[in-house]
Amino acid sequence: MEIAVFILFALVAVISAIAVITHPNPVYSTLSLIVTLFATAVLFVLLGAPFLAALQILLYAGAILVLFLFVIMLLNLRRQRSTSPRGRGQVTVAALGAVLFFGTLAASLLATGRPEPGALAPVSLHQLSRALFSHYLLPFQIIGLLLLVAVIAATVLARRAPAPEEER
Amino acid sequence: MTVPVAWYLVLAALLFAIGAFGALFRRNGITVFLSIELMLNAANLTLVAYSREIAELSARITGQMVVFFALAVAAAEAAVGLALFIAIFRQRETIDLNRLNLMRW
Repeated sequence: MEIAVFILFALVAVISAIAVITHPNPVYSTLSLIVTLFATAVLFVLLGAPFLAALQILLYAGAILVLFLFVIMLLNLRRQRSTSPRGRGQVTVAALGAVLFFGTLAASLLATGRPEPGALAPVSLHQLSRALFSHYLLPFQIIGLLLLVAVIAATVLARRAPAPEEER
Repeated sequence: MTVPVAWYLVLAALLFAIGAFGALFRRNGITVFLSIELMLNAANLTLVAYSREIAELSARITGQMVVFFALAVAAAEAAVGLALFIAIFRQRETIDLNRLNLMRW
């Protein structure tokens, strides 16, 4: 049963990931990435991390990719598609690099020594939140600061230049 | 019957390779950015898969916490990156990466 669910959602993840990088329209690429992230969230549940699965859907699919969609619509990219030529041999080199990379990565991940798995009770939300607000309190505060800095930086970067002679 | 952790690792490697191919191959800046998010997601999958394998509870919590912080950093990165794309688009009217060669040697 678990294996069937894994295979189903692994296939969904891989197919939609391929759709992300092959679709010419960035809107459909973003929507395909949302499908990949949902499939990965299901795998997180299988791995005993339901909190991360919920975060994945809320934060990634709900917030980050909506931001992507907003920016794509703001930039209105439809009118300029494939305006520049692809570099010579770029497809070959990229494919070769990706395949080699996959081989190296899979081989090294599989060759890594692993301890014997213990009792596979999922980590409860209670344990996670206790760790987050005691042992990981400082990183948690720093992450909050980082997000604040990122919001300010994004606002400054995306602001229209306040110069008197506006170029638009 | 649980799924062996090796399957998750191979799936994560495959997703990461797909993302790497997209980042090398596409010319649209937004799609390259999406490919980078895909790679980040594959790395998270690896962390969660390993965190299930470890019997010690504190180590498993650490594995999940790292993924939690990686998600938060991804949110910050996406906000700044997309703001950069908007700023570049204002200046150059394009986000085609082949045309953004001002700093090219």
